[in-house]
Amino acid sequence: MTVRIQSDDFDIGAEISQLRRANPKIGAVASFVGVVRDVNEGDAVAEMTLEHYPGMTEKSIEDIITQARGRWKVFDALVVHRVGTLKPTEQIVLVIVTSAHRGDAFAACEFIMDYLKTRAPFWKKETTPSGARWVDARAIDDIAAERWRLKG
Amino acid sequence: MITVLYFARLREGLGTGSEQIALPQGVCDLDGVRALLIARGGAWAQELAGNKALRAAVNQAMASGDAPVADGDEIAFFPPVTGG
Repeated sequence: MTVRIQSDDFDIGAEISQLRRANPKIGAVASFVGVVRDVNEGDAVAEMTLEHYPGMTEKSIEDIITQARGRWKVFDALVVHRVGTLKPTEQIVLVIVTSAHRGDAFAACEFIMDYLKTRAPFWKKETTPSGARWVDARAIDDIAAERWRLKG
Repeated sequence: MITVLYFARLREGLGTGSEQIALPQGVCDLDGVRALLIARGGAWAQELAGNKALRAAVNQAMASGDAPVADGDEIAFFPPVTGG
């Protein structure tokens, strides 16, 4: 597995090629890209700054991937998450999962993203016309993570 | 000594991201450390108050209030996470 926290942008095509190159048994690649929007809670967002907890962030994402690998047949998984200041339309996060078949790849990719949203230590601060504000955690993200308890 | 880290809204409200504190005798869990910090008053009492949505970690793993804390540990307090 690969987990990278970086300020630089990422290239999803290059990352998928890299992940696929190693294994001709791969039949499915599922990916997710999270992107900065120009609006949140009805307010215009000019930019967003992401803070993280170096060390714990990487460990918690590795733990999430390990859990995914325990539940689905996954060959490999990669998570890249950007930190620092990002503008609308910029990419924030990338998840790629490779497996033999799509079911495992889709499920593991969604699980990793849902768990990352509620368990990996990142915090967003957004700049709006009325000033900068910390983004509040959303109950809907807890519900999304929680539903995985009932499955599998 | 223990290391205590603060992130995001907490780091800003407290005006610091990290400090070393000596663990007084009798303080042996996360709730104990939190009470010690709240006793400083001012922003500390405000930011770490019981009614605030707060998460914590001991040695870089999410932990609840009764998690044991010992000399040399790295503790962190932060708001609920909002990544992705």
